[in-house]
Amino acid sequence: MRRDGNRTPGGRPAIPADRTVPGLAAAVLVVLSTWWWLPGWAVNMLALALANGLVVLGLTIQIRAGLVSFGQALYYGLGAYAAAMLGHFAGVSDVFVMLAAGVAVSAGVAAALGFLMARYRGIFFAMLSLAFSMILFGLLTNSAALGSTDGFGVPAPTFLGFAPADNARLTLFLFALVALLALAIACAAHRYLRSAMGWTGEAIRENEVRAAYLGAAVRRAVHVKYVLAAACSGVGGVLTALLIGHVTPEDFVYWTKSGEFVFVAILSGTGSVAAPFVGSLIFELVRSYALQYAPDFWQILLGGTLLLTILFLPGGLWSVFRAKRRSGRP
Amino acid sequence: MLDPTHILINGVTYASWLFLVAVGLTLIYGVMNILNVAHGSLYAIGAYAAAWSVGEYATTGGPVFVDYALLLAAALATGLVLGPAIERGVLRWLYDRDEIVIVLATFALFLIMEDAIKLTFGVESYLPFRPYGALGYIEVRGIPFAVYEFCLVALSAAVGGAVWFGLNRTRAGKLLQAVIHDREISLALGIDVTRMFVATFTVGAALGALGGAFTAPMISVVPGIGVEVIVLAFAVVVIGGLGSIEGAAIGALLVGLGRTLAVNAMPELELFVVYGVMALVLIARPQGLFGRAEARKI
Repeated sequence: MRRDGNRTPGGRPAIPADRTVPGLAAAVLVVLSTWWWLPGWAVNMLALALANGLVVLGLTIQIRAGLVSFGQALYYGLGAYAAAMLGHFAGVSDVFVMLAAGVAVSAGVAAALGFLMARYRGIFFAMLSLAFSMILFGLLTNSAALGSTDGFGVPAPTFLGFAPADNARLTLFLFALVALLALAIACAAHRYLRSAMGWTGEAIRENEVRAAYLGAAVRRAVHVKYVLAAACSGVGGVLTALLIGHVTPEDFVYWTKSGEFVFVAILSGTGSVAAPFVGSLIFELVRSYALQYAPDFWQILLGGTLLLTILFLPGGLWSVFRAKRRSGRP
Repeated sequence: MLDPTHILINGVTYASWLFLVAVGLTLIYGVMNILNVAHGSLYAIGAYAAAWSVGEYATTGGPVFVDYALLLAAALATGLVLGPAIERGVLRWLYDRDEIVIVLATFALFLIMEDAIKLTFGVESYLPFRPYGALGYIEVRGIPFAVYEFCLVALSAAVGGAVWFGLNRTRAGKLLQAVIHDREISLALGIDVTRMFVATFTVGAALGALGGAFTAPMISVVPGIGVEVIVLAFAVVVIGGLGSIEGAAIGALLVGLGRTLAVNAMPELELFVVYGVMALVLIARPQGLFGRAEARKI
């Protein structure tokens, strides 16, 4: 729809070459290279930003369909707790087993809850997702068997039986894993969003009834998006748990965490699958600097940015780049 | 501790507190279709303003009944200052935007006010316990209950009654109902919708602050008290039906009694009861127990 405006004289639509995948790959190479030229804390922050960016990516998949989840931390937390509890109770330390478990749990729960969620829109979707995430929070904090408010420690990960010799190498492996997974998932999400099923989201947001009249299976599309978003968030949760080494209900499941993800999603906008990662990185950067230099103003800064974004940049930060690129064309 | 009388008393006092906190939220949603996350901050600011003024007054050693007037005054002042400021300053620019976008804007306001509270009142805790202790305790079947909490039940009932009366039995209330029913038609009929919105938001904000102000004597007022309250209030309001005053009362009773029962019988399920009921109601009746179903618009 967006491309209708610039047709070439020949009448064929001038579709700009899709450079997203090579662009993402190049970006990941740069990201990986930072290991050698950035200090350790910065690399760590980058890894965290990419892991959290996966959750935000899940959110933006839903936002494209007009659905804002105020409880995405449910799946983030499920992923993180699946990994942590595998390590704690079963002694599993393999990252790939943890990832598989995290995805299975979050996508499985989402597939079940999706039958309900797919019926809701707008404020009700937001409230129901909030309710489900708070149920998990309540269960985790109030039962000692599930770690209560203290949560669990996450064991040092191994990679298919290979245990890195020292801490530095462990961090490098984990960092590489996060970067490559983020790349793979972003590319997959990009392909999905450009498929017919993916575009259905935009149609649902614009006008759901018309989309249904045109033959779109609206409820199924929302269900699929819900599960995909949950799977992304689950991976993000597992990776963050591994990076931080500890999970607590407060940090992984509480509604303020969900609010934070929504914040980053709105800030990034839905312009590109890269936007969530860029937004997430900016968020982590601003947070660490703000906590150091202006700890008292940190939330004012956050809230102010969110408010200004809503008022003046409804498309998110990404729309700034896009507007510039577009205005350059005849 | 499983004496039904005690559970009932605890449940009802807790429910009336919930209602006091949630009624402003549901009023604002009912009239303006705004789910106000910043309600939690208004609650916290009301609590801080009350705690601070009661604390300052206590140093003069004056009679204790003034404390209660101070609680009320703190709530009114908070509402009258912040209500119009938020509505005129931010929300009015967003009325043509999606409902969910407005939720996010109020979330932004919530974040801003959380820090503003810390900057204004500091991070130490305030303990304005004098109004609470002054009323004494009465013993019910072997356990002392604070009279203050019974008074809270009365206050909550009075507030609920006043809001109901204002909405259903006064001229302004009738006009407001017209606005709720159809914003544009009421505008065409000459109702000053803008003024109605400012007034509603101010009243709603004052009610939130009132909840905080009268809670302050029962708790230690510390940073972050609004964070938990807002999701609880969401649960209450969603259960009853967004925008329904009667609904908020029923929702408060359900959550209040349910949570008290859970705390006594199975503490693990304390929060599960609240949000489980919220989810169940949303599943069975998305518009809430008292909400009206809305037709889909093409």
